[in-house]
Amino acid sequence: MDIFLFLTFALLAVGCAINLLVQRHPISSALSLIGVLGSLAVLYLLLGAEFIAAIQVIVYAGAIMVLFVFVIMLLNAGEEERTKRSRLARFLGFPLFAVLLAQIGHVVYRHFGAAPPVEFGRFMGSTETLGRALFRDYVLPFEVTSVLILVAIVGAVVLAHKEI
Amino acid sequence: MVPLSWYLVLSAVLFGLGVAGFLFKRNIITIFMSIELMLNAVNLSFVAFSYYWRQIAGQIFVFFVIVVAAAEAAVGLAIIIVVFRNRQTLNVDDLEAMKF
Repeated sequence: MDIFLFLTFALLAVGCAINLLVQRHPISSALSLIGVLGSLAVLYLLLGAEFIAAIQVIVYAGAIMVLFVFVIMLLNAGEEERTKRSRLARFLGFPLFAVLLAQIGHVVYRHFGAAPPVEFGRFMGSTETLGRALFRDYVLPFEVTSVLILVAIVGAVVLAHKEI
Repeated sequence: MVPLSWYLVLSAVLFGLGVAGFLFKRNIITIFMSIELMLNAVNLSFVAFSYYWRQIAGQIFVFFVIVVAAAEAAVGLAIIIVVFRNRQTLNVDDLEAMKF
């Protein structure tokens, strides 16, 4: 059962990612990226990471992508014009991409080919475990990210507010 | 029962597509979305390894990656707005003031 879910949503994620590259209008690319994020949330559920799946949908597909779509509409971005790409990228890009994938696949199968498969339901913990680890072992990084978010908010307001 | 390597290969494919989008696309917003795609591919690897090694730390790293991605999106999109206001274009081929 879970292998069908994995295959469905893995193919959906790859298809949406390819669509992100193929589409010329930024809105279409943004909607394809939302498709990728949604299917990845299902894959996180298959791996037993409920909390990550939830914040993937709420923060990523919800907040961040709404920000993207908002900026695309604010700037009235049209279709990207086709420019003369470098010849190197056109002729070497996809062969190099294939070589990179083959390399990674080779390494993965050599080191993790015999790894025990992911069994649905045999998960180590839940949101409670994650929360305990986050607020006990990782409490300093957690507090530091709040400073990071504050700096990001101030930076975004300053950049978007004034004439620079 | 899904082999662990399938998750890792899917993550590699998504990361490669993100790199390809970063290199091929000409719209600065789409390039930014390709970066988000790469971040998500790495997140999938983190969660898969978190399952494999039975360590919750992988999921905590994903949590922090999502937080940093949110901050990055806010600042990056503000920078894009400023660039568009000054140059009236989103095409990265026209933004060459810092090109050597």
